[in-house]
Amino acid sequence: MSDLNTASNLEKVLKAGHIGVTSECGPPRGSDADEVKKKGALIRDYVDAINVTDNQTAMTRMSSLAACVHLKLMGIEPVLQMVTRDRNRVALQSDILGAASFDIPNMLCLSGDHQSFGDCAQGQNVHDLDSMQLVQTVRYMRDEGKFLGGDDIKRPPKIFVGAAANPFADPFEIRVPRLAKKIACGAEFIQTQCIYNLDKFKEWIKIAADRGLTEKTFIMAGMTPMKSVGMAKYMKNRVPGMDVPDEIIKRLAGAEKGKQAQEGIDICVEHIQELKELNGVSGFHIMAIEWEEKVPEIVERSGLYPRPEV
Amino acid sequence: MRLKIPSNFRIIRVPCTGKVDVIHILRAFEKGADGVYVVGCMEGDCHFNEGNFRARKRVEQAAKILDQVGVGGERVKMFNLSAGEGPLFAQFSIEMDNIIRELGPSPIRVAKQKKKDAA
Amino acid sequence: MIIAEKKPIEEIIDEVKDFNRLLILGCNECVTVCEAGGKKEVEILASALRMYFINKGDEKVITENTLERQCDHEYLEELRSNIDDYDAIVSLACGVGVQFAAEKYLTTPLIPGVNTVCLGANEDRGLWTERCQACGSCVLARTGGICPVSRCAKRVLNGPCGGSTNGKCEISKDVDCAWQLILDRLKALDKMGDYEKIAPIKDWSTDRAGGPRTVTREDVKI
Ligand code: SF4
Ligand code: SF4
Repeated sequence: MSDLNTASNLEKVLKAGHIGVTSECGPPRGSDADEVKKKGALIRDYVDAINVTDNQTAMTRMSSLAACVHLKLMGIEPVLQMVTRDRNRVALQSDILGAASFDIPNMLCLSGDHQSFGDCAQGQNVHDLDSMQLVQTVRYMRDEGKFLGGDDIKRPPKIFVGAAANPFADPFEIRVPRLAKKIACGAEFIQTQCIYNLDKFKEWIKIAADRGLTEKTFIMAGMTPMKSVGMAKYMKNRVPGMDVPDEIIKRLAGAEKGKQAQEGIDICVEHIQELKELNGVSGFHIMAIEWEEKVPEIVERSGLYPRPEV
Repeated sequence: MRLKIPSNFRIIRVPCTGKVDVIHILRAFEKGADGVYVVGCMEGDCHFNEGNFRARKRVEQAAKILDQVGVGGERVKMFNLSAGEGPLFAQFSIEMDNIIRELGPSPIRVAKQKKKDAA
Repeated sequence: MIIAEKKPIEEIIDEVKDFNRLLILGCNECVTVCEAGGKKEVEILASALRMYFINKGDEKVITENTLERQCDHEYLEELRSNIDDYDAIVSLACGVGVQFAAEKYLTTPLIPGVNTVCLGANEDRGLWTERCQACGSCVLARTGGICPVSRCAKRVLNGPCGGSTNGKCEISKDVDCAWQLILDRLKALDKMGDYEKIAPIKDWSTDRAGGPRTVTREDVKI
């Protein structure tokens, strides 16, 4: 895993053997780029790259690609998230080239939440490719220098390709085989779903490591600090594929009034510190949803600051 | 006391209420009936297991259609009794008679009468 | 079979109100089995429309007929001799039947009386569910006999997506996750090893995307 395939800083950090750190930023529901820039400026020094979500929960927002360009122009490295829900293979390939034209060096391939969750529940969905096939597509365009249709690409995209994994979704028995499939498709890094159940996560990564999978890809553990016990309960009961153990809820509920948010940050930091030592964990993906200002604190207290220069 | 069945009812015997279809109910209204009620065995006691459940569903479907076409779904009802409950049968008839008297004649009968008068 | 669902009577009333002589035309095939457009439903709709219009003082001539198949020239021809008796036809056949009738009787307005929903099966009394989207290039051999195209809300060919929870799809607790069903089947077949085979990018040109599809058989043409 040592040769560099792209100019990605994230790739360099991970391949140099450092613990990588990414965070995310959701584009605004409007055309004001300042919102993206502000979020970017807040966390730029504490992460190796920033994911930009693609119409998450199927809510129409500023395009991920445009928001990535804003970050890139500020000198911040973006991870372009791309879902297969809204674009067919023509549009996907075209946006990949668009991203590469701005030298956006990372991509995360996803299927995307179903449109019924968002503001266009009556819309069509596309799903011409699925997320694994999108990973294959980016790799094919990069490594073979060709379009899916077979024609040569002038200046092929140099993109470090990632995929998501959810160690907690059902059924558990295929969680590792599914990871293996994503790796076989060409996923070079993996960002996981938010982890609260450390035992289950450890079980998953152990099985993955036993199969040699953690040697073939960089697994970045997903972390989202809880703002309140209400959020924890919501995540537990309402968000598909989320595993929030009762101890977390109890601990948040037991915190003094007005201190729940701090307790949430503490839990997050403790989890990172514990997982940092775990064989197979190559980094952390900190998703502080609409709470980006807390990312520096989490990174610092977890002992992940300063970020390595590579 | 023996209850008397109101004389303005026409009884149609069927082997099981499961035999009653939506169209039978609708046809009765089309022909000018002011109300229709279906009397079946107690739920769970159907000789054919679910005849009276089917009947209830069909009565509900008919009621919905009658609402949609402006006749009024409250003109059709389903009752249940066990064999040998003659007095209860009479009581249901009186109940239905009262409902219909309160609602007045079916608009279909009125419209048909008007047409006949005009001719 | 083709699954259809009755249109609301109000919608049909609105479409037919300006015609005086109507034919309510059922079909004896799929729509009869799914209780949307067979002889019974023709009778009910005709009766309901008669009552509605009598009530409005606008009596119409409403004829009932149910053909063996509306997607078949032979049976549709049966209407030819009387076609001028109708100002419009309300067809309770699936979209195929309605169009076949429309193509045959060019000057007679055709009004669909059902919404054609999907290709499915009668899973239980009063429950019809989708099984196939006629993608034109069947993958069932590789998915344990369960179709990810029609039964997965994202038609994921390498599933399940991250939203699968307790065997249900992320869109609703009432919808089975197709990929859970596929895995259950693979397990029953002792073929879990097949799960790790990657499904290649699908050729959707045989699907809706390729335009109207046809099957031509020179060997049966005369
Ligand atoms: S794969 Fe295509 S043809 Fe086969 S069942 Fe699914 S939709 Fe129908
Ligand atoms: S939960 Fe299952 S059926 Fe629903 S979209 Fe995901 S993979 Fe498809």
